[in-house]
Amino acid sequence: MRTDEFVSLLATGTDAVDVRAPARRCVAAMVGGTVVATILMALWLDVRPTLARDANLPMFWVKELFCVALVAAGVFAVARLSRPGAAVGRVEPLAGAPILAMWLLAVVVLAVAEPEDRTDLIRGVSWTECPYNIAVLSVPVFVAIVWAMRGFAPTHLRRAGAAAGFAAGAIGALAYTLHCPELDAPFLAIWYVAGVLIPSVVGAIVGPRLLRW
Amino acid sequence: MIAAEDRLRDLLVRGQAGDAAAYRVFLQELTAHLRAFLRRRLSGLPDEVEDLVQEALLAVHNQRHTYDAGQPLTAWLHAIARYKLVDLLRRRARGDALNDSLDDAAEFLAAADSDAADARRDVAKLLATLPDRQRLAIVHMKLTGLSVAETARLTGMSESAVKVNVHRGLKTLAEKMRSEA
Repeated sequence: MRTDEFVSLLATGTDAVDVRAPARRCVAAMVGGTVVATILMALWLDVRPTLARDANLPMFWVKELFCVALVAAGVFAVARLSRPGAAVGRVEPLAGAPILAMWLLAVVVLAVAEPEDRTDLIRGVSWTECPYNIAVLSVPVFVAIVWAMRGFAPTHLRRAGAAAGFAAGAIGALAYTLHCPELDAPFLAIWYVAGVLIPSVVGAIVGPRLLRW
Repeated sequence: MIAAEDRLRDLLVRGQAGDAAAYRVFLQELTAHLRAFLRRRLSGLPDEVEDLVQEALLAVHNQRHTYDAGQPLTAWLHAIARYKLVDLLRRRARGDALNDSLDDAAEFLAAADSDAADARRDVAKLLATLPDRQRLAIVHMKLTGLSVAETARLTGMSESAVKVNVHRGLKTLAEKMRSEA
């Protein structure tokens, strides 16, 4: 078939397309993923009984804000990397900003702490399970986001996969805050970040296979 | 170039809204730009240019809902053409065929080439290998030019099934182009 005939085939009988459909699908995936991750957390890990009391502590809200900032950076990354030709230069700096801020806070906290307290500030009581729990909670979110991104046309598949993993990990971390008892910045700076980076790395690995078109 | 960008954007946006005549002009003009872009960058594989032009046209068509009228059209088109080109070179393991920078999105509409070579791959033959429902929907609607209602009557499918099968068929076609190339 000649190219002009093929163009004619493509143009003949074309219908209107819904340009907002992919964005709606993305919002549905994020909201649905958040709900599923939260339910999974409640059934599997339980909401912490002291949650209402912790909500009086400023550090609880710093932790929530940290996770919300990660989610926002992840959503931004997913939105930009899903659309061909969108500006993607600020994706990584924006994702790195909340992490860097938490690292700085952690350094300050460790610097002013008594030396014998530092190990506890870093390990808390749950350092062995935290990254693993966040990564598990991110799984349903990751599936939903990849499904949504397949409705778009990402052209940087590794970065797009990493963005899906990062957003999923951030939403998983946000859900996990309702269970997790830790409130120290050094803990968050290491183990929460690790929990978000695990799905990001997995996303970067599987992205080219799951997202190509 | 700004004029070309505005003009093509207007045609595509009208096409997205269902104006098939505007969309046809968009694709015709896009073909020449795609060919110039790909021919210049595929000088090591000249026989593949026209096949890739068709593959990129189908990609633009299948992804036309992802263009946002607020973004530069050049960047969107360039990203799709570049993606398809890199994909082909990876399949050929021919990174060396890249003798020209790929990142000059701004230049995408600067060159046009209306000198079509023969495509090696015959899309008509590929179409014949699609599942029946997809193939019939495409043949009646897009080759014969029948309406959705007429196609639905002829094939016994519902009208929405006809639309879905055209859409799916073109996605399958893109997959087949990818895997047989």
